[in-house]
Amino acid sequence: MTKEAKQVLVDMSVNLGGMKMQNPIAVASGTFGYGREYQDFVDISRIGAVIVKGTTLEERYGNLAPRIYETPAGMLNAIGLENPGIDVFLNDYLPSLSQDGVNVVANIAGNTVDEYALLSRKIDKHPGIAGIELNISCPNVKQGGMQFGTDPELVKQVVQAVKSETKLPVIPKLSPNVTDIVSIAKAARDGGADALSMINTLMGMAVDIERKRPVLGNIFGGLSGPAIKPVALRMIYQVYKEVDLPILGGGGIVNTRDALEFILVGASAVSIGTGNFVNPAIAEEIAQGLENYVIEQGLKGINELVGAAVL
Amino acid sequence: MPLSAKGLVISNQQVGRDLWEMEFLAPGMAAESKPGQFVHIRVGDDHDPLLRRPLSLYDVDQNLGSITLLYKIAGRGTNLLSKFEADQLLDVMGPLGRGFTLVEGRRVILVGGGVGIAPLLFLARELQVRQNEVTVLYGGSSSDEMCSLDRFVNLGAGIMAATLDGSAGFRGLVTDMMKKSIDPLSIDYFYTCGPEPMMAAVAEYAVQYGLAGEVSLEEYMACGVGACLGCARKLKASDNAYVKICKDGPVFPMDAVELR
Repeated sequence: MTKEAKQVLVDMSVNLGGMKMQNPIAVASGTFGYGREYQDFVDISRIGAVIVKGTTLEERYGNLAPRIYETPAGMLNAIGLENPGIDVFLNDYLPSLSQDGVNVVANIAGNTVDEYALLSRKIDKHPGIAGIELNISCPNVKQGGMQFGTDPELVKQVVQAVKSETKLPVIPKLSPNVTDIVSIAKAARDGGADALSMINTLMGMAVDIERKRPVLGNIFGGLSGPAIKPVALRMIYQVYKEVDLPILGGGGIVNTRDALEFILVGASAVSIGTGNFVNPAIAEEIAQGLENYVIEQGLKGINELVGAAVL
Repeated sequence: MPLSAKGLVISNQQVGRDLWEMEFLAPGMAAESKPGQFVHIRVGDDHDPLLRRPLSLYDVDQNLGSITLLYKIAGRGTNLLSKFEADQLLDVMGPLGRGFTLVEGRRVILVGGGVGIAPLLFLARELQVRQNEVTVLYGGSSSDEMCSLDRFVNLGAGIMAATLDGSAGFRGLVTDMMKKSIDPLSIDYFYTCGPEPMMAAVAEYAVQYGLAGEVSLEEYMACGVGACLGCARKLKASDNAYVKICKDGPVFPMDAVELR
């Protein structure tokens, strides 16, 4: 992170469906709180976009403990969308974060299509938000999650409803827990999505053989971390070939090499999720690592690499 | 303010059955550390096991700028930690969490069970500085699963051990020893860390005599800084909201928690 390196003229900026990012690195919803939790460990102003914790209309308390469990090269979580509700987020949490000049992306989850629309209306009226990620893929809540992301017709309806309420870039986050990811991506496109975020966690579980019970309070949870990277790469590859929308790709990214793999299969930008827990400065480090790579390869910018490995 | 650092390992040695003690240099972190807080440690460069391991501050030498940890090998993560050698660098975040309240000029009892003794040494050190009369009650299943009592003795704290097999001190539960040998009228404040049934017995005893104190809780943890909301617990069954052990704790007032 020397000053000299920053002055090299390569273009690391990315336009993600109308959202201009200084570099292709985002931190994923639910893994970075509201930004301030990590302020002692990372320079947030060096991150391309901060996607904050999933927010619902009303406060939610979240799921029973235990909520997380480590698995081979990964972890399960079943937080259950614990959040203070949209109004508290916009009025109390957002101001300190958007002050840093970072792209703050809201992540919203509704019980109904109307709730997604109402959440978007509230956000659209509020300054300081650069984009809206639609959580239609949370595996851990009874309502307002994956049900919307696994049915192409519902995906289209939700995206349309949100688009009619806001001019902000709308980025549905797709669930990998589907048979045909391409049909879901097409439905999001047909609804008017500006970009796609993929993938959310893979639904899984863990068992405690001493107690003879599921480990997680919610029984099922979402698997994340390096263990899911091959699945994420495959799905992004498939969607990139078939759907002409920029992709925010993520799933188990823990270093620059991982990020490059996602970009090469078609991600215009990448999101770091579970990796933040392992190394809180990882987003900044990968942003620098990608820049170094672009310089070493003699490229003009990061965009030249997007989809380069897609055959 | 917490920070992220590469601590230089000074020593890492076995001090009991499956029980290890590691000291590393991290002056900035040591200077900020308070009893009851924890550090969050990466046990290797690979990503399996993936997550950091939260460990209590066993002792802190602010002159030397070192932090000492006491840990029990309980799985792959702590097993990897035991392989660290002197002069290696340890990737560590800390100090994290809310520690113990440090009372002054009081008569205090510290009850530790198993590796739950860890945060009580640094606590005893800071309480001694504050003119408290400190008595430590340390319970374990057997003496070979317990660390040396020397460190407590050297602080000038009173210490009593209890073992289930009678291999050291009182034969039986540390909480039974507490009930038999501690006059509640001579106590002002309790601190406890260890298996939850033990802490529940300590809290019950304290409440019975109208005394206050603090407990240190644990839960599976991912981020360690309050971002992932993973280490959630309802302090009381009737609560709606969950506290986060990493950020709201790990130390809580005894009367705020329903122990199980």
